[in-house]
Amino acid sequence: MNLKRLIELYDEVLRTGHRTEIMRELQDEDDLFMLLLYSDMLGVPNPAFFYTLELYPHMLEKFHEWHTRMGMDKSPLNGFRCC
Amino acid sequence: MDSILLALVGMFVFFLGYRFYSKFVAEKIYRLDPNFTTPAHEFNDGKDFVPTNKFVLWGHHFTSVAGAAPIVGPAIAVYWGWLPAVIWVLLGTVFAAGVHDFGALVLSVRNKGQSVGTLANKLIGQRAKVLFLFIILILVLMVNAVFAWVIANLFITFPSSVLSVFIQIPLAIWIGYVVYRKKGGMLLPSLAALATMYIAAIVASRVPALQIDLPSYFGGEETIVAFGLNGVAISFFVWIIILMIYVYIASTLPVWKLLQPRDYINSHQLVVGLAILYLGLFFSNPELTAPAVNSAATDVPWLPILFITIACGAISGFHGLVASGTSSKQLNKETDARFVGYLGAVGEGLLALAAIIAVATLFTSQSDFLGAYSSFDAANSGGLGNFVQGAGQLATGIFIPADIATTIVAVIVVSFAATTLDTSVRLMRYIISELGSTYNIKAITKTHVATTIAVVSSAALVLLPEGPQGFGSGGYVLWPLFGTSNQLLAGITLLLITVWLKIKGRNYLVTLIPMIFLMCMTLYAMGRQLLMDWSGLLSDHEFNFLLVFLGTIIFVFAAWIVLEAINSLTKKKPVEPKDKAM
Repeated sequence: MNLKRLIELYDEVLRTGHRTEIMRELQDEDDLFMLLLYSDMLGVPNPAFFYTLELYPHMLEKFHEWHTRMGMDKSPLNGFRCC
Repeated sequence: MDSILLALVGMFVFFLGYRFYSKFVAEKIYRLDPNFTTPAHEFNDGKDFVPTNKFVLWGHHFTSVAGAAPIVGPAIAVYWGWLPAVIWVLLGTVFAAGVHDFGALVLSVRNKGQSVGTLANKLIGQRAKVLFLFIILILVLMVNAVFAWVIANLFITFPSSVLSVFIQIPLAIWIGYVVYRKKGGMLLPSLAALATMYIAAIVASRVPALQIDLPSYFGGEETIVAFGLNGVAISFFVWIIILMIYVYIASTLPVWKLLQPRDYINSHQLVVGLAILYLGLFFSNPELTAPAVNSAATDVPWLPILFITIACGAISGFHGLVASGTSSKQLNKETDARFVGYLGAVGEGLLALAAIIAVATLFTSQSDFLGAYSSFDAANSGGLGNFVQGAGQLATGIFIPADIATTIVAVIVVSFAATTLDTSVRLMRYIISELGSTYNIKAITKTHVATTIAVVSSAALVLLPEGPQGFGSGGYVLWPLFGTSNQLLAGITLLLITVWLKIKGRNYLVTLIPMIFLMCMTLYAMGRQLLMDWSGLLSDHEFNFLLVFLGTIIFVFAAWIVLEAINSLTKKKPVEPKDKAM
């Protein structure tokens, strides 16, 4: 085993401890961001909706990840075309 | 006697334990199956359930369980001489901790990666789950109080360590920022942070102005500062309050901002600490100047108190939480459980062994030892300080000046204790929130309310016991209670493994015997301390409400576990588990 692989393993050992918790926290932040962008589709007025809608193509992949993570195979929002 | 010889004997015993006993347990008792689909593969979600290389998982498991506790207990237990402490660490690790950690991992893997708490409900019933939750609550409360005292005590005894410890906080926040906002690596910044901390430790060791010595600022023991408290007592008070404010902030911040980078730096410190201890030992080979058996230790008998003084390092229930909480979800192959679980316990045993040797080689003569360990109270309050000085002395073997090494070791131990404290307060916050959800008390499910309850109750507990230096300085009296609550947790995990083995129709003596031993020692120790030391019923000691109250709770829990064990193991037809995996 070369030195580089050894260092990678060491780094992995030290990162494993909080990996799950950090992923969960980052997902919570992503979910909140998603809600802020598309709250209008859920019936919550969003004065910036016209602008946030421009992010739609960039968010498509993350939206798909979100609804599958939440246990929904298909998009729950009619206005948000996904899979 | 040569200390190297003792270390080699210890390592050889651990080797035999791993090579033969754990192999026997793996093949004949737990019957590990390399083809079994582990939860990491069955539920692989890239987050909780991730198949992980066994070396990585062992490293993670070891760094999660090794901390200040396997150092504090042995440093106190040397009071009875180094031999009883060494025997308990070796036998405890091989026959109790090894099968406990290994068994908790296997049990969880065979049950979809569920934690010990959920399995208590499944294997024994709702009562066991409630008992388990209460034991965890009391354990985390003890951990918070004991480790807050440990850190305050080290800051007061080794003021040169304070600067490095406080420098670590902004450095960790900076690393968190670099890694998660700038997408950088963590290894190099963390090594730079570690180097900065140690440079600060070296400078502070030589420059008194950089030593934050609160007792001298407040005028020492002779000066009454406020509320009838002298300089030392007020220093304990101030440090404990500062620590509680810190843990409040640390445990409510997102993990990536402070905790992860700080734990990352502290894991390097674990490597540095072990290297200092073992390299120093092998290069200097100091004599064991402490007596093998201290016949002058008559105020508190080693039987049963030794077994609750050394918990981590011989057996620790906390390992079961880590094994069943995270490690089991990441096990690549079931056969890896032996390597990760059993060797994780061995790693902690090695740390405890090094702690015993560091203290037993510190003194120039036996009379010096007897002076420092003149009573059990003296051992409790000064044991950790002796370890730090002993480790500093060992470091001279690798050409590090003793004063600098002592500061660095103090920084390492404080960092371990702070990691434990952070984790424990965070855990207590989660438990309080969970209880709030279960019993529909919405207020305590809120992060800040739950954290406030956790921090205030811990601060109250650590400030209440009054030591020789006054208010707050007697936190060390809680150490045996920490040890017993940890043993209770181990006891309930061993009970679960035993019940599981019984259901499977296998020989369950390997877990039943350590469980009976642990519960007998806990009941004996708590009963003795309640009657002889804390209540004053059978002695002339003063009645101590706090210790009697906490001791009674632990005694009742231990008795409860014994009754649950009898009930579960005498059932003619144990309840068959619903899922086939079991």
